[in-house]
Amino acid sequence: MKRSDKHNRFRECITAFARPKTNRFFLPSVFLFFFNLLAFPAFSAPQDIKNDQNILREEIKALSTAKLRSIEPILEQLEKRGAIYLPLFQALLNGQLYFKKSNQDIVKLGKDQKGKRVEEDLFSNAKRPIESISEYKKIRTNNRLRVKLREIISRLELESQDFETRKSAIFNMIGKFQKEDIDFLQKLKKQEENQSILELIEFAIALNDVKHSPILDTRIEALEQISGNLDPRVKNTLNSILKSDLLLTNPSDSQILRPLVETELGRIAKKERFYSVLEKFSFGLSLGSILLLAALGLAITFGVMGVINMAHGELIMLGAYTSFVVQSLMPQQVGLALIISIPIAFFVAGSFGALIQYFVIRHLRGRPLETLLATFGVSLVLQQLARTIFSPLNRQVLSPDWMTGSLVINPIFSLTYNRLYIFFFALFIFTILQITIKKTSLGLKVRAVSQNREMARALGIQTNRIDALTFALGSGIAGLSGVALSQLVNVGPNLGQAYLVDSFLVVVFGGVGNLIGTLVGSFSLGILNKFLEPELGAVLSKVAILIFLILFIQRRPEGLFPQKARTLS
Amino acid sequence: MTSIIYQEDSDLRKSLRTTIFLLLGIVAYALICNLLLSPNSFFYVSVYSITLLGKYLCYALLALSVDLLWGYCGILSLGQGIFFGLGGYAMGMYLMRQVGERGVYGDPILPDFMVFLDWKELPWFWLGFDEFWFACLMILLVPGLLSFVFGWLAFRSRVAGVYFSIITQALTYAFMLAFFRNEMGFGGNNGLTDFKEILGFSLRSDETKITLFALSAIFLALGYAGSLVLVKSRFGKVVLAIRDSEERVRSLGFNTDKYKIFLFVYSAILAAMAGALYVPQVGIINPSEFSPLNSIEIVVWVLIGGKGTLYGAIIGAFFVNYAKTKFTGVFPDQWLFFLGSIFILATVFLPNGIVGLVKYLGQKANFLSESR
Repeated sequence: MKRSDKHNRFRECITAFARPKTNRFFLPSVFLFFFNLLAFPAFSAPQDIKNDQNILREEIKALSTAKLRSIEPILEQLEKRGAIYLPLFQALLNGQLYFKKSNQDIVKLGKDQKGKRVEEDLFSNAKRPIESISEYKKIRTNNRLRVKLREIISRLELESQDFETRKSAIFNMIGKFQKEDIDFLQKLKKQEENQSILELIEFAIALNDVKHSPILDTRIEALEQISGNLDPRVKNTLNSILKSDLLLTNPSDSQILRPLVETELGRIAKKERFYSVLEKFSFGLSLGSILLLAALGLAITFGVMGVINMAHGELIMLGAYTSFVVQSLMPQQVGLALIISIPIAFFVAGSFGALIQYFVIRHLRGRPLETLLATFGVSLVLQQLARTIFSPLNRQVLSPDWMTGSLVINPIFSLTYNRLYIFFFALFIFTILQITIKKTSLGLKVRAVSQNREMARALGIQTNRIDALTFALGSGIAGLSGVALSQLVNVGPNLGQAYLVDSFLVVVFGGVGNLIGTLVGSFSLGILNKFLEPELGAVLSKVAILIFLILFIQRRPEGLFPQKARTLS
Repeated sequence: MTSIIYQEDSDLRKSLRTTIFLLLGIVAYALICNLLLSPNSFFYVSVYSITLLGKYLCYALLALSVDLLWGYCGILSLGQGIFFGLGGYAMGMYLMRQVGERGVYGDPILPDFMVFLDWKELPWFWLGFDEFWFACLMILLVPGLLSFVFGWLAFRSRVAGVYFSIITQALTYAFMLAFFRNEMGFGGNNGLTDFKEILGFSLRSDETKITLFALSAIFLALGYAGSLVLVKSRFGKVVLAIRDSEERVRSLGFNTDKYKIFLFVYSAILAAMAGALYVPQVGIINPSEFSPLNSIEIVVWVLIGGKGTLYGAIIGAFFVNYAKTKFTGVFPDQWLFFLGSIFILATVFLPNGIVGLVKYLGQKANFLSESR
């Protein structure tokens, strides 16, 4: 660790600055520090500093003892060194910057995958576990500093070599640019080669012009350029224009500009209303697809077979736990685990369903109330089983990369991928099930048995076998919906309960024994729920829907799509 | 099942007398052993056990109300907890108003949770609950009215069987969600608790506890007697006929809806009274009373005891709850296993419950001795 003289000098001045808080003559030492800093670049080649991490480390030690008020000038000085300090600023902004009490070293404290705290080096990616948090002291910030930090970070990132960083830096600063920033942007615009960044820069400049330019034509031109953009910052800027004085060189021009801005705002408001309805609609469809998945299995066991299975929710839970177990077995391949768990969950839930059918439901044929009670007992046992095996705590199932993130359609409307996938998954399962029931020989037998058991048996159908198969099929579908749900909510022993009442209502609402009815029922309930939610709040809208359904079922007990009855009940 | 009821028909007086004597016997035994014996005696019954017994008595009354509906009319309500809870809340509101200035915040009118939520005045539905008679009226009126409206809507549009069960379950779920909200004005998540006294008697004193216990027993006896008279009357015969074949009864010219609505309201009021007696003894009422699981547990009591025999419901309530107290003491986590297994085993193997089993064994013994 060789150090030249000048570095020693630098170090001295910092330690002078970093003296314990008892120093009553703090300000003078700050001045001394700046004097040194300002003088410093004259002696040194910047290259040296950037390469020598030890110097960097020493340079930032000042932060460890500085008071809140004095941190700001230090940061400004550090900014001049360029992007090398970016991690430092970010860590400080996130409240992860600490210093060691023993030697005043500045470090970042992060967490590893297991949630344990680790010490991270600011200049390399080295990590090491720490013994105790008490050896460190956090470097405090306040609101004013954080604002400052954000500005510094954006400025540094604007010049970053990395394309994505640059883009997001510009994007985040749009609307907040100061006058000097705009000049800087004009300069960047000339250097920039990337088309999408160029567009962003032009948008930023236009947004600035529309508010600050003194010339009417520039403003109108800028307004035309940003017209149709739904970025909330456009709306805010336009609103702020209307509120304040227009500050045009020719005051009479404001008569022309004002109505233009107002029409543009009106256009934005109209679009926003449209998209907010569209958004509620898409949320409703998403909820509907979840309800559909939960209810499809029940539509088979309750709708077609007429068996009340109160353990249906627990079969969903089994599917969700299956995907959790498969994922814990192969933690490296999240996506593959999810895909593999689909058939496994079908099998697991299906075989549990077959067991329930064989040991309980079979003995209670023709006694629906008793079936209800016995399967309720099964659901209690399964819940407790999950609690015993997996603990009562909720487990999280990770989502693969291709299911995270969202499809951005415009700044105020986007669809998350996981909900999109689940929507199509639900439709897919529905189609397969519909084909199975309508077109295959198994489906034909199932329908025959459900319509007239005696006649079906007389025609040579093994009704017991068909019962077992149908029930296993319905239960397997419940398992599939559990896999899908594990991507949206945490998996816990109570997972199924939440969906049981809902899925019964969907099946009854849509009409018993009718898959299309279940489809329509779940989507209309989902959409209704999402449109009521902003008006009434989440809980009250749920209550309102329950009451609506209760009244609906009382008006039309046979549901939306009644099945044509051949026999009197 | 029907044979059991017809058999019972002949000795209405006898069974009425036996059960009521048995109930009063338990009360007298508990009272004597508590008051006259020294705490060291083997036969001493502690006040704790008396409150526990009082709780069971309330449960028994609740089970009675389910048995009336399910065993005699074939209507399985999975939402009987609603009426129990509403009765409990009405009583809780009275007890809450009695707290007065002794609450944590010392507000003379507003209950603690309202002060905590920064409410300025009492909501309209809390008015009048400082009077005991008004609270008693509400205990009968609110559940009665709700069950009437609900029953009228449901039975008139011929919602029956499993559909009725699911709708009542959804209803109790809706009640639970609604009562969990702070804005409802019923204490939200925590419910109503920290009661001090009832009619001027401290709820902490042993005398009040014993009195409440005795009152529960008296109400249970009255409820049992009333229900027995009801099911043995002409009304009861029609209700039984509705259970066995509603279509036929309707063809004979009876308006079956009226019978069902009346029975539903009657059972709701029984449940509400059970709730009102229950709250001062346990000292709390919260929205979990509305949870679907609670309502369905009541059905297990009836199922285990033997449905369609009123005393069976009482036996079942005592048996299951005693088992629950003992069981959760030893294996606190395994209760659901036990409860779930009871459900399955009882429905598959014991459709007539303990009472049915005893009768079956008795008949078998008779048959054996006769044939010998």
